[in-house]
Amino acid sequence: MSGPLLEVAGLNVTFPGRGGETRAVRDVSFTLGRERLGIVGESGSGKSTTGRALLGLLPASAKVTAGALRFDGLNLLSRSDADWQALRGKRISMVMQDPKYSLNPVRNVGWQIEEAYRLHRRCTRAEARAKALAMLEAVQIREPDLVYQLFPHQLSGGMGQRVMIAMMLIAEPDLLIADEPTSALDVTVQNEVLRVLDKLVEERGMGLIFISHNLTVVSSFCDRVLVMYGGKIMEECAAKSLGAAKHPYTRALIQSAPQLERRQAELATVQRDPAWLT
Amino acid sequence: MADMIKVSGLSVTFTSAGRSFRAVDGVSFSVAKGESFGIVGESGSGKSTILKAVAGLVKFQAGALELNGQAMGFARSRKERQLLQYVFQDPYGSLHPRQTVDEALREPLAIQGIAGAEAKIAAALAEVGLEPKHRFRFPHQLSGGQRQRVAIARALILHPPILLLDEPTSALDVSVQAEILNLLARLRAAHGTTSILVSHDLAVVAHVCERVAVMKDGRLVEILGADALRAGVAEQAYTRQLVAASRGYARGA
Repeated sequence: MSGPLLEVAGLNVTFPGRGGETRAVRDVSFTLGRERLGIVGESGSGKSTTGRALLGLLPASAKVTAGALRFDGLNLLSRSDADWQALRGKRISMVMQDPKYSLNPVRNVGWQIEEAYRLHRRCTRAEARAKALAMLEAVQIREPDLVYQLFPHQLSGGMGQRVMIAMMLIAEPDLLIADEPTSALDVTVQNEVLRVLDKLVEERGMGLIFISHNLTVVSSFCDRVLVMYGGKIMEECAAKSLGAAKHPYTRALIQSAPQLERRQAELATVQRDPAWLT
Repeated sequence: MADMIKVSGLSVTFTSAGRSFRAVDGVSFSVAKGESFGIVGESGSGKSTILKAVAGLVKFQAGALELNGQAMGFARSRKERQLLQYVFQDPYGSLHPRQTVDEALREPLAIQGIAGAEAKIAAALAEVGLEPKHRFRFPHQLSGGQRQRVAIARALILHPPILLLDEPTSALDVSVQAEILNLLARLRAAHGTTSILVSHDLAVVAHVCERVAVMKDGRLVEILGADALRAGVAEQAYTRQLVAASRGYARGA
């Protein structure tokens, strides 16, 4: 394939409100190849809104404008609902933060995983079932046929998150947007989920947008990182050199996190400069 | 120094629909007066259950608990309840959505029959860095960090000798977490409170606590000093594994 998988240029998202418009995303531009791109920032920095805009999942009240928003040569800006349906789930998927709220509580896990596959492919029930079991195995669930029958409340957090990933990947998308996929998980489980994602990116050549507020995870997992604040991209850098980031906001974020390696008397707090948003 | 909290052989078993599950299995530790003690472990390791048993929120089936030299059971008298306060993980869930900050802070004073609420509420708000204008707001009008400050003010308004912190910053951004951890450190220096901090974030626990207990499947794996945790010189393989995991994702590992 030629050109980037995803191209975003001058993306703006505004929400109308009583006190005027809220600019949730301001002039965001980036491109994504078949790589792991991290987006970090605090709550309200516009990172999730950016992810949702790429899938056309923002509420109707949101005003989305962009110079260009292209996925694999397709224009994402002027799509009808039916056009979106052909894309969502099949070619672009999104993993949400909390499996407790994102899974259907009254359907078993297997049915939910198969659903995307049945909707996007012509297949028999047996095929869909076999595929769902294979996906559960791919996300390292030990007894797929047992877990297949379980309901979401019977799963632990890590299992729920892996089920979500299985569900999103069954239709074999080219782009996966993971919105805080590991924030609700323990560190050990978190690394297992990351390993699953990593393997899938490598094997399938999938593009991954990894949205997180955890700098340690992003710097150790992703290839490139965008740092967002107030809806704007403050800085873009290679994940490995996040520690050597130049922007004062990135530096402040890194310093505000307690470090396991060294003792700090007092944690640095983040001082924000209004000039960053102009 | 005298032990403020002494837990010996504590076991908690939950029973539902004829099945029983041992959440905490024979755990013993003690916390000196003024010390900050950390408990780390994965979800389901029983770390929060220990905290709840200490607070008298769940029953324990075996073992003994002493707070400030007095043996404690599940039922507590009003006097015994003055010994400790609890700060929960989720400031969105732990504040009543239809109570203002003022009402939330007034309640513990009313329960304990303490006079002079007006001045105490104002002082508690100032202490956690909230402004007087926040006093008559509802939780939904506050940010996550402000809500956690309210929860801390509510816990500290009775000046308890023991403070139990159950993942107090894991729902917050790192920048807000830094502010809350600094606040807790300042308050601890001012009041000499003894505290237990439960968290799955090793860096936070090592920052706040002097000693750390590592839990796995309801059992205590080991207790080690924060410096040992930081240096990664734990005796147990499980602890070393946990330390390695919290250093970030290792590709190809």
